[in-house]
Amino acid sequence: MSEVKNDVLTDKELIVGGRTLKSRLVVGTGKYANYEQMQDALEMSGADVITVAVRRERLVDAEGRSLLDFIDTDKYTILPNTAGCFTAEDAVRVSRLGREILDQLNNPGKDWVKLEVLNDTKTLLPDPVGTLEALKELVADGFKVLCYTSDDPVMACKLKEAGAASVMPAGSPIGSGQGVLNPNNMRIILEMLKEGDEDYPVIVDAGVGTASDVMIAMELGADAVLLNTGIAHAKDPVRMAHAMKCAVEGGRSAYLSGRIGKKLYATASSPWSGVISYIPGE
Amino acid sequence: MKLIVNGDEKDLNVQTVRELLVELGLGDQPVAVELNRDVVPKREHDSKQLTEGDQIELVTLVGGG
Repeated sequence: MSEVKNDVLTDKELIVGGRTLKSRLVVGTGKYANYEQMQDALEMSGADVITVAVRRERLVDAEGRSLLDFIDTDKYTILPNTAGCFTAEDAVRVSRLGREILDQLNNPGKDWVKLEVLNDTKTLLPDPVGTLEALKELVADGFKVLCYTSDDPVMACKLKEAGAASVMPAGSPIGSGQGVLNPNNMRIILEMLKEGDEDYPVIVDAGVGTASDVMIAMELGADAVLLNTGIAHAKDPVRMAHAMKCAVEGGRSAYLSGRIGKKLYATASSPWSGVISYIPGE
Repeated sequence: MKLIVNGDEKDLNVQTVRELLVELGLGDQPVAVELNRDVVPKREHDSKQLTEGDQIELVTLVGGG
């Protein structure tokens, strides 16, 4: 067998908001049993961009350990989110506070934000009106906004038009583990956002339960997947981080390879000519 | 002076943002400061004067998705 040249596996770089991502998997830092487990899972995931939340400093902390003691800020680009915000105004405030901390850390993520403006605590579905309002204000303030949204193609287009650095449709509700519930909408979003602008980054964010969900998102043509709970709440988060890494790579390769069409009936893989046996219908 | 820090009223003997952070044991940590809804950049912590009734948010990064 001839040796397969590695260059058949080349892929174009994923650039979001002017910055190149090495990995197409972006992972969150929440919900781990402890910081050590988080560190191991982050390492195993191969991600170079990680999300964090912005919260009040707990002025009394028994353990005195903080997330930043466990994150190598030279290694990871930190993407602060606005999780927990239910109004555009609060999302803008939280974005600015996140930028101030990352500026102190001199982290490259300082002008990035993962914008979430949520509607309610039960569904955690995005409020489209508040999201668009906050996006416009943040873009005007110089932020590169990675914008969480539902899988509505019309809303996705409006967010891109308003200047989102990346539109990030949810596969299914945050933390639900239901995977990509509406692959047709995801296809339409990808087609509409990439029409005449094929490198515009679309990242599937939220709802991923296991590796096959990641593969489906990537096979549809998403540029990357962002997830947290699927790894952090797996029984073995570190092994699941490895599974998600493999799934992103496998799904991306499958997408680039161009899958075969689906047919109702079988197509033989072995030739009919030269068959020595009886063939029905011949 | 009475200040509202992270939603709680505190009576503290401080004049500037920098003094407030030191008083609360946060002098060496990455903390973002919001004073009456405006971010106070770190370079202004020393000079930014506080006044009675100021509402202050002190935030940091925590795990999130």
